[in-house]
Amino acid sequence: MTDFTRRTFVKGSTALAATGALTGTALFDWAKAWAQSAPWKPEAGSKLTVMRWRRFVEAEDKAFNEMVAAFKAATKTDMNVFSESFEDVQPKASVAANTGSGLDLAWGLHTLPQLFPEKVLKMNDVADYLGKKYGGWTEAAAVTCKQGNDWLGIPVATIGGYLTYRKSAVEKAGFKEVPQDFAGFLELCKALKKNNMPAGFPLGHASGDANAWLHWILWGHGGYTVDKDDKVIINSPETAKALEYCKALSDTFISGVASWNDSSNNKAYLAGELYLTANGISIYVAAKDDPSKKELAEDTYHALWPTGPIGKPTELQLCVPILAFNFTKFPNASKAFIAFMLEKENYEKWLSGARGYLTHTLNAYDSAPVWTADPKNQVFSQASKRALPASGVGKPGEKAATAIADFLVVDMFANYCTGREDLKNSMAIAERQLRRIYR
Amino acid sequence: MATVALGTSRTRREIRDVSAWQRLKVNRNWLGFWFMMPAAGFLVLFLAYPLGLGVWLSMTSAKIGRAGQFIGLENYEWLRDDSIFWLSVFNTLLYTSIASVVKFAVGLYLALLLNQHMPFKAMIRALVLIPFIVPTVLSALAFWWIFDAQFSIISWSMKQLGLIDHNINFLGDANWARACVIFANIWRGVPFVAITLLAGLQTVPASLYEAATIDGATRWQIFRHITYPLLTPIIAVVMTFSVLFTFTDFQLIWAMTRGGPVNATHLMATLSYQRAIIGGNLGEGAAIATAMIPFLLGAILISWFGLQRRKWQQGENND
Repeated sequence: MTDFTRRTFVKGSTALAATGALTGTALFDWAKAWAQSAPWKPEAGSKLTVMRWRRFVEAEDKAFNEMVAAFKAATKTDMNVFSESFEDVQPKASVAANTGSGLDLAWGLHTLPQLFPEKVLKMNDVADYLGKKYGGWTEAAAVTCKQGNDWLGIPVATIGGYLTYRKSAVEKAGFKEVPQDFAGFLELCKALKKNNMPAGFPLGHASGDANAWLHWILWGHGGYTVDKDDKVIINSPETAKALEYCKALSDTFISGVASWNDSSNNKAYLAGELYLTANGISIYVAAKDDPSKKELAEDTYHALWPTGPIGKPTELQLCVPILAFNFTKFPNASKAFIAFMLEKENYEKWLSGARGYLTHTLNAYDSAPVWTADPKNQVFSQASKRALPASGVGKPGEKAATAIADFLVVDMFANYCTGREDLKNSMAIAERQLRRIYR
Repeated sequence: MATVALGTSRTRREIRDVSAWQRLKVNRNWLGFWFMMPAAGFLVLFLAYPLGLGVWLSMTSAKIGRAGQFIGLENYEWLRDDSIFWLSVFNTLLYTSIASVVKFAVGLYLALLLNQHMPFKAMIRALVLIPFIVPTVLSALAFWWIFDAQFSIISWSMKQLGLIDHNINFLGDANWARACVIFANIWRGVPFVAITLLAGLQTVPASLYEAATIDGATRWQIFRHITYPLLTPIIAVVMTFSVLFTFTDFQLIWAMTRGGPVNATHLMATLSYQRAIIGGNLGEGAAIATAMIPFLLGAILISWFGLQRRKWQQGENND
């Protein structure tokens, strides 16, 4: 739990003054002016309880808390912010929705607002206000939060994941950069293996990393778990092709990927044993922050996910939407806070604090300073634009979220790539489980 | 005299007039009932109720944060045709049987060893307990590193010695992964078996051994006809607990493999957690957990009636 007074806030924010962003009293003055002109006036005596996911980059959390402090001071709203680990956010939000108490705002993952659409405060006015002001929302972010024409939440950001590679290894393999098509990418991985500088992507239950790259391959071949009417269509020739491609690709990987979790590729890459993988920007940030890994950081580059045979990007990126519950006593304060977070004066500084870990969902922030501060961050600015919603072409919601949480696609690929099941059985097992979820 | 007679008759009448309530007040059984109530209430609240709730949940379509509807045995019907569920049953039985047998053998051997007179006896006995004292999650994390795909100390040492030229895929290969988690469980469970059996060994009267030695019995005969029979009740208890703990193991698997690779080490407990909490399908998870009960009851019955021919728990003498 964080409780900020204005004093600690001012003290903390002066440290950021060097970056040239609004800080200290300037930020406070702006916040005050904003509160006066904003379309939402917090109710007198407002008190908001906010749950968020636990931060990965310290500076991101700091920037977030500064916004909270400025909002508190400017609107006389009392705020109580606490963090929960990734796995706990959804169950706790669900319980709050079910019992109708405990939380006002929840900042969660994927399609959280879709899990209890009748329990959230409609955010249409906030979404319109921000969308008009900042160049509109990216498509995947909008789909993730919308039901019909209603906004169930606001897509605050995307946690992007992209290819992270050692330039020297790719060059040694005979490529100038990572090929942007599936066939070329396979050739690159084969060449990397030949040089004993292997690539590696997790085939274990790594909720973030494994789901990301396997959905990318599945969607890239035109395979989907369900169609737009939520009919199960996993058992298809497209899926079969994706499985074949994945098997060929996984044969070039470093050994042990079937046992990998979300942190395994970070460790192996930073130890210099892995030369190409996909991850959030955290591998690069960790290398940059470690003086002993200077060479590795300099040799590390990022690349977009190659485009599959269907000819358009098919990335699964982790959306982080915020929602307000409709039982909150302070709907205006809730809306005001959400809009306040995404205003330029706050948001750009927040993105900088996140160091590329968070990607904007409002088009105007393409020009945010974080993307040019380090040219290697640039790739991650695409995450919200190139992503498909977590549900693929199907309806975003609880069923799609369950399919991902239960690793159905991951296990289907792992079953085939590790040789446990043949092609038909791998698909049949996934199909059977999907049928149950989507019944 | 008259007053005396009056006094006694009055006393008598009072005794006759004692109400049922007054009688109840001094009734020892009634008092005992109330002394038992806190314990019974505790058991009902914290054991019977959750168990009942679990069984009830397994017959509903409950999700996290939502009550769900009664759907009868639908969850069980689904599991009947679920290959991953049956894989987890197979894994659990394999895990439990191998780990229990080895734990018993090694534990008994250790107990016999520790029962000998040797220097630093107390210290060695304390040391043996270490694997049991270390929190499971910590030891599991240590094993996770030991068996890591890239950073395994075993792979590293063998590579340095020139025995192998690439890392062993400990947790990425189904059979290796099973062997690794079973090994970790044995490492952790042996002290419990060893120390408890050691306690049992110390209750065997020395005079029996002396008598046997005078009769010229060999060491094997002494073990077979004195130590083993007198140890059976303890063995029954220890192995019951050992089997129960192993069967319901969760932390070790979850910290080491999360049931991977490709569900090859999923036990029923971990699969239940995966489906109920991670996947959000409480009803199905509860059904998997409930499906463990018959196995556990079976294990208890076997050890209770199979291993205990001595009726020791009724306090009777040996047959």
